[in-house]
Amino acid sequence: MDFYLTALLQGLCLSVIAIGIYISMKIFNIPDITTDGSYTLGGVVTGIMLSHQLPISLIISLVILAGAGAGTLTGLIHTKLKINPLLSGILVMTALYSINLTLLGRSNLPLLNLKNLFTSIVLFTDPNQNTLWIVLLFIILIAFVIGYVLQTDFGIAMRATGNSETMIRSLGVNTDRMKIIGLAISNSLVALSGFLMSQFQGFVDINMGIGIVIVGLGSVIIGETLINWLKITSVWLTIILVILGSIIFQLVLAFTLSMGIDANLLKLVTAAFVLIIVSLPRISLSKAS
Amino acid sequence: MIEIESVEKVFNQGKANEVKALEKTDIIIKDSEFLVVVGANGSGKSTLLNAISGSILPSKGAIFINGENVTSLPEYKRSRWIARVFQNPLSGTAPDLSILDNFRLASLRTAYKGLSIGINNSFKKKVQDKIAVLGMGLENKINQPMGTLSGGQRQALTLLMSIMDDLKILLLDEPTAALDPRSVDLVMKTADHLIKQYNLTALLVTHNLKDALQYGNRIIMMAEGKVIKDMAEADKTGLKISEMYDWFV
Ligand SMILES: Nc1ncnc2c1ncn2[C@@H]1O[C@H](COP(=O)(O)OP(=O)(O)OP(=O)(O)O)[C@@H](O)[C@H]1O
Ligand SMILES: [Mg+2]
Repeated sequence: MDFYLTALLQGLCLSVIAIGIYISMKIFNIPDITTDGSYTLGGVVTGIMLSHQLPISLIISLVILAGAGAGTLTGLIHTKLKINPLLSGILVMTALYSINLTLLGRSNLPLLNLKNLFTSIVLFTDPNQNTLWIVLLFIILIAFVIGYVLQTDFGIAMRATGNSETMIRSLGVNTDRMKIIGLAISNSLVALSGFLMSQFQGFVDINMGIGIVIVGLGSVIIGETLINWLKITSVWLTIILVILGSIIFQLVLAFTLSMGIDANLLKLVTAAFVLIIVSLPRISLSKAS
Repeated sequence: MIEIESVEKVFNQGKANEVKALEKTDIIIKDSEFLVVVGANGSGKSTLLNAISGSILPSKGAIFINGENVTSLPEYKRSRWIARVFQNPLSGTAPDLSILDNFRLASLRTAYKGLSIGINNSFKKKVQDKIAVLGMGLENKINQPMGTLSGGQRQALTLLMSIMDDLKILLLDEPTAALDPRSVDLVMKTADHLIKQYNLTALLVTHNLKDALQYGNRIIMMAEGKVIKDMAEADKTGLKISEMYDWFV
């Protein structure tokens, strides 16, 4: 498959994480580290169920539930035991590593010859084109659902939770409950991304989630930079730009690798890239002032 | 009516840094009473308001609102009766949300925030009409993020947000402390007007003695967690600023 098409598809698959991180940042003000574990969890559940030839609709439901469970756990640890959100996420992520390994029974599971989302629905005869359109439709559906939810009264309350907790509590919102629900939604999205990615790359790996939170964060920051730059307030455009952020992120990585950088350095390149986009606005700001 | 019965608040009980913020306090605040609270820094004024709103729970004693015992009711449930304006303009509004979104949430203070889209044209119109009263031209900026407004504009909007939904009690904790003199005047006049128009029961904490004299129909003075002076309207009306200065020395 074409190098850049692969990057585009990866960007689309990972954009679901970006939307999830966008939500967890709205309620916590920091990205939720559970992401690393729930992404792999989504992949693991998908892998096991695909190898048992279970229907795709059932797999999707279970992946969503598994992700929601992981998020709820982080939410409960943070709100009920008053543990710092960063630490709560790290705890659940660490525990999920063992759970994923136990579920999978080994560290890597190939899925290549199994019937999956991309082979069970045929819209185009060309497999690459087919995959692209299925992923696109999937993302549009998710963007539509989340975009709608964020504009409802519930969604406004959720967006306000991390923004002004004092205000939102005085307006009658149970912020603990809101954080738990928000993290459940966020992590089910992340798990869905694991669902897509494991089928796209054709295997599940126990380490596939390492550092994925950074990829999501980087995508959101690219998206938010565009949002601030274009002074966007519409929820629909915001979601689209977050998705675009994820695609840009993967294209830049692909471009870097195409220049001959060792694939082992991928995580280093990723971290450096996120560092650059996080610090760029600050550097240009301090120069201006 | 708010009844505060033998309420005490101790922070960090049993530790080296233990603070008795509120000594055994009894106050009854009648319906449509506008109570002004003055007192030195650290005298327990905010603690009193926080105990009423439920953002802190008393160590001892009981609090009743309209006859209902709310002593252990969390803040988000007391919002059924209570709205607040905080000292920090940032606390009363969500900066990243639009003015419209902020008002939408405020209009649901006592209601369930469900999975339907509540912002429609008639709601927008209602918000614009409310905001137009301020005469700041903000009614044309309802899609702008709240964070782009000045502190004074945000405090004035926080006040208007409080009456978007059914309201009985308004708690104002130094709402003008961070504002310039013109904004102070606007915010105080708006507050006074709303309190009268909607027959609200209100508590105002202020360090501005002129405002303390000009507004409200009862005044209490707090010192070291106790109410040391309590004047009803008749006495408050005759009060002079010089007399009030003497309370503090
Ligand atoms: N959360 C807290 N933890 C520990 N001590 C507290 C806390 N909140 C208030 N206090 C202490 O309780 C006492 C009363 O504080 P409070 O905020 O009620 O004073 P105040 O009258 O509002 O003062 P100011 O005019 O400065 O706002 C102070 O000694 C304060 O340090
Ligand atoms: Mg105070």
